[in-house]
Amino acid sequence: MTAGAAGFDDLRDLYQEVILDHGRKPRHARRLEVFDATAKGDNPMCGDRVQVWVRRDGEAIGEAAFEARGCAISIASADLMAEAVAGRTADEARAMFAAFREMARTGEAAAGDASMARLRPLAGVHEYPSRVKCATLPWHALLAALDGEGQASSE
Amino acid sequence: MNDIQLATAFDVQAIRAQFPILGEKVRGKPLVFLDSAASAMKPRAVIDSMVATMETQYANIHRGLHWMSERATDAYESTRDAAARLLNARDRTEIVFVRNSTEAINLVAHSYGRGILKPGQAVVISEMEHHSNIVPWQMLRDAHGIELRVAKVTDAGELDMAAFEALLTDRKVGLVAITHMSNVLGTYTPAERIARLAHEYGAKVLYDGSQAVVHRRVDVQALDADFYVFTGHKLYGPTGIGVLWARRELLEAMPPFMGGGDMISSVTFERSTWAHVPHKFEAGTPAIIEGIALGAAIRWVEEIGYDAISAHEAALTEHALARLSAVEGVTIIGRAQDRGGVISFTLEGAHAHDVATLVDRQGIAVRAGNHCAEPLMHRLGLDSTARASFGVYTTAEEIDVLAETLTRVRDFFT
Repeated sequence: MTAGAAGFDDLRDLYQEVILDHGRKPRHARRLEVFDATAKGDNPMCGDRVQVWVRRDGEAIGEAAFEARGCAISIASADLMAEAVAGRTADEARAMFAAFREMARTGEAAAGDASMARLRPLAGVHEYPSRVKCATLPWHALLAALDGEGQASSE
Repeated sequence: MNDIQLATAFDVQAIRAQFPILGEKVRGKPLVFLDSAASAMKPRAVIDSMVATMETQYANIHRGLHWMSERATDAYESTRDAAARLLNARDRTEIVFVRNSTEAINLVAHSYGRGILKPGQAVVISEMEHHSNIVPWQMLRDAHGIELRVAKVTDAGELDMAAFEALLTDRKVGLVAITHMSNVLGTYTPAERIARLAHEYGAKVLYDGSQAVVHRRVDVQALDADFYVFTGHKLYGPTGIGVLWARRELLEAMPPFMGGGDMISSVTFERSTWAHVPHKFEAGTPAIIEGIALGAAIRWVEEIGYDAISAHEAALTEHALARLSAVEGVTIIGRAQDRGGVISFTLEGAHAHDVATLVDRQGIAVRAGNHCAEPLMHRLGLDSTARASFGVYTTAEEIDVLAETLTRVRDFFT
């Protein structure tokens, strides 16, 4: 059955195909055996958990990966984040998160490069205030890892 | 599906007509409210009571000598009578008003826990407690040297009675604090057997009746309970008002919980003396409007009667278990023999939060998450479930709408 036939057409802004796809089949969902930083994030209100691993490559993030227990939004967000921050410096990753968080809260896609464009499908969460945290939790974990903190909590 | 009403001789439409909010539309669709275990909707009788108090009989209570204060005091105190009747308490003075079940349990943990229990004694809880019946005991453990023991739950979601008894045999347990009905699994615990065992080994017993009192007649004397707590807002009453019932002699022996006005007999800078039970535990101006309206809620429930309420719940639960388990990919969590109208489930291929968001689009309200029972989730190997819970106003058709929608949710994600 197609989503349209399922009668959830108006949810397509939230559950875009790219989110369903990355939620079902995340590409970066694995534990890094060799890594430089890691941090866990959890949302105590809903039970979502994520751990992010980072391997550095000089100044840049060589690779980011994650393991998560959570909803389609949080898994897809973690996966798209891992994809987007690869090759970026920690400062660039922080700037991307600031722009991403703004987009998740307002729905306004911030100006940005192609990596930011890949995150745009998640803008739909702004209409679902209780789900914004699902999208931002992996980023909090990533930043905690980059900052050398072991634990992040969703805001 | 309409034969449910026939089977229970329960005119659910007449009940629904008394809940103005049930006429609201959600995103253009009729509200299907299946989250009553979190908080129930309010009937007209409760709404009217709150308005009437503010419009016709409001003043601070227990202190004014004037007409309005006396009138408000009488109305507030009549809720104590109603609560005593509801629980079949021996005496109205055994009813202590609190904000909610959480505060009631904290009161017992603080006052009975620190005042009566001795370091080295133990408190028993179970794996299927709400956080409100876990954390106060952890705080007592850490502050007062009380051991905290946790009774196992079987894979079916029932209390493991053999394991429970084994926790009691060294006679160190001073108190068993246990749910009367799980807010996750819907399991009713065997309260009489628990009390018998607890007393046999010298322990008192507290029931968290937050869920149970909504669906079943509670008789604290028949249960042989020592403490029983419930909250008003799940029983169709307002938020901010709840009840602690305890045996009179326990309340007499317990030191006060909070100090302030209303709970004293006399105050000098050298010392104060305490008011009589239950006022000793009721410091400060209480939730007057809400307290009076809780009386209206209790009377409203009594008018329907627990025979009808329980029969309705049983029929709905049976219907829901059949309908939901027939949905491909749905797994019902827990299969207790004695269970009621709180049903947790998972849907293959869809996380509980995604389920909740999708069904919300059809106007259906369910809870998703760990239900403030993280240790139970851990015990069951789950991070979260979706939960449908029922009230007097829930219909079989609403459950059918949920079941049909879940089928479509599954299609959406797979």
